[in-house]
Amino acid sequence: MVIDSGATAWVLASTALVMIMTPGVGLFYGGLVRKKNVINMFALSFLAFALVSIQWVIFGYSLAFGQDVGGFIGNLSNAGLSLIGMGPAVVAGTEYPIPGLLYVMFQLVFATVALAIVTSGLAERAKLSGFILLALLWTTLVYDPLAHWVWGGGWSAALGSIDFAGGTVVHISSGFAALAIALVIGKRAGFGEHSIEPGNIPMVLLGAALLWFGWFGFNSGSAIAANGLASSALLVTNTAAASGALVWMVVSWMHGGKPSSLGIVSGAIAGLVAITPAAGYVTPISSIIIGGVAGALCYTIMLFRIRKGLDESLDAWAVHGMGGLWGAIATGIFAYSAVGGKDGLIHGNVQQFIANCAGAFAAVIYAFVVTLILALIIHKTIGLRVSEDEEYVGLDLSQHGERV
Amino acid sequence: MKLIKAIIKPERFEKVKKSLEDNNIFGMTVTEVKGRGDQKGITLQYRGGTMVVDLIPKIEIDIVVTDSESDKVVNLICEAARTGKIGDGRIFVLPVERSIKVRTGEELI
Repeated sequence: MVIDSGATAWVLASTALVMIMTPGVGLFYGGLVRKKNVINMFALSFLAFALVSIQWVIFGYSLAFGQDVGGFIGNLSNAGLSLIGMGPAVVAGTEYPIPGLLYVMFQLVFATVALAIVTSGLAERAKLSGFILLALLWTTLVYDPLAHWVWGGGWSAALGSIDFAGGTVVHISSGFAALAIALVIGKRAGFGEHSIEPGNIPMVLLGAALLWFGWFGFNSGSAIAANGLASSALLVTNTAAASGALVWMVVSWMHGGKPSSLGIVSGAIAGLVAITPAAGYVTPISSIIIGGVAGALCYTIMLFRIRKGLDESLDAWAVHGMGGLWGAIATGIFAYSAVGGKDGLIHGNVQQFIANCAGAFAAVIYAFVVTLILALIIHKTIGLRVSEDEEYVGLDLSQHGERV
Repeated sequence: MKLIKAIIKPERFEKVKKSLEDNNIFGMTVTEVKGRGDQKGITLQYRGGTMVVDLIPKIEIDIVVTDSESDKVVNLICEAARTGKIGDGRIFVLPVERSIKVRTGEELI
């Protein structure tokens, strides 16, 4: 077996593209919070990146991709990256050999961005020590098993559920985790009493640009090939994003609001989330529908969250959680064998639809429940939330001793 | 005429503005300021020691009103800005010597 240089080159480049998504989330979230918390919000994403970078190499990769234990998790056979080297290896479900270590690094940047998305649920009130503990436990006990279920030879893949680039693993898991955490730690002081407005919208737009850009690597790189499938994934990723952006804008505009820039980019992210599991399985026309439905759906869910007085502050649940759930179901509906070898509901394959729904709802329940338990334990012991005074002064000063 | 200079918590600004609007007080100049009062800022306690954030962000509202309106406006601001916690702010009332409209040169009384 020889390393395929084309596939290797593209996965190397894709890894760098996906890396920028974690600071992209930091910029996106940092701009959405008030001025006194910008540095903290941005820093949480860098912290997520650093924490998972170490955890992944020591045992995270092995839990996700090591030898299967009961379909649930990998064992520690690859802990410390033992048995993984520079030589060629073929990733399950793909055909071109790339260096084993490259796949480790490619998967590492997915795990980091998932954790960065979770920080939405802690926005403007996260206690740093509690967050670090929660982050390590979450990535180990929630992310790693989910990655194993889908990509590491776990039960979800065995059932036939398909997830091209991690709609279930990255987006459902992080979105529902953010919701669970927000429920445990409670609303920000003043939420619902006075308006809490974004501190820096241009920063949000820059973050969204980096996310859209990085997503090309996220989805297209997941082909683990430099071929037609990778190209198709790239194209549908873009059309879904565009469709989501336009639909969110139009729906919010007709709903009596203004066509806000935040609406446009939120819609783009919703479209990107929804196309993630479907990127290697659907046609461009289907991707326009998938992205558009995501734009309208996530907007509606966001309004529902606000109406219910839920302070899942930066809408990871509405956009990533619910957008990811829609994407997983949509993959079961729109998959077409001429693209990625699988047919979905509209091409007469009910089985695929059922398998995808099962995989997605299991991930929803697992991510929500386990995160809820982890957050409760940490919140009751060392605490996940800063004191009232620290929150009032702002986390930049109280947690980092810095200001913008 | 009086100049009312109110320094309040930023999160109460919208409520104060709404309350003034409802009572037909529209003109105002608003500045983001920082300051401290008797409390000398906020002291955060850590295991390793303390950290004092001595200047807290506030909103300053300047409003010029007739003498007869002055008490009413002060009361409106007090009611809307009060949270009952330390740091709710201060209101100063100053005499105004002259007030001139720039566009017309008209002297307002």
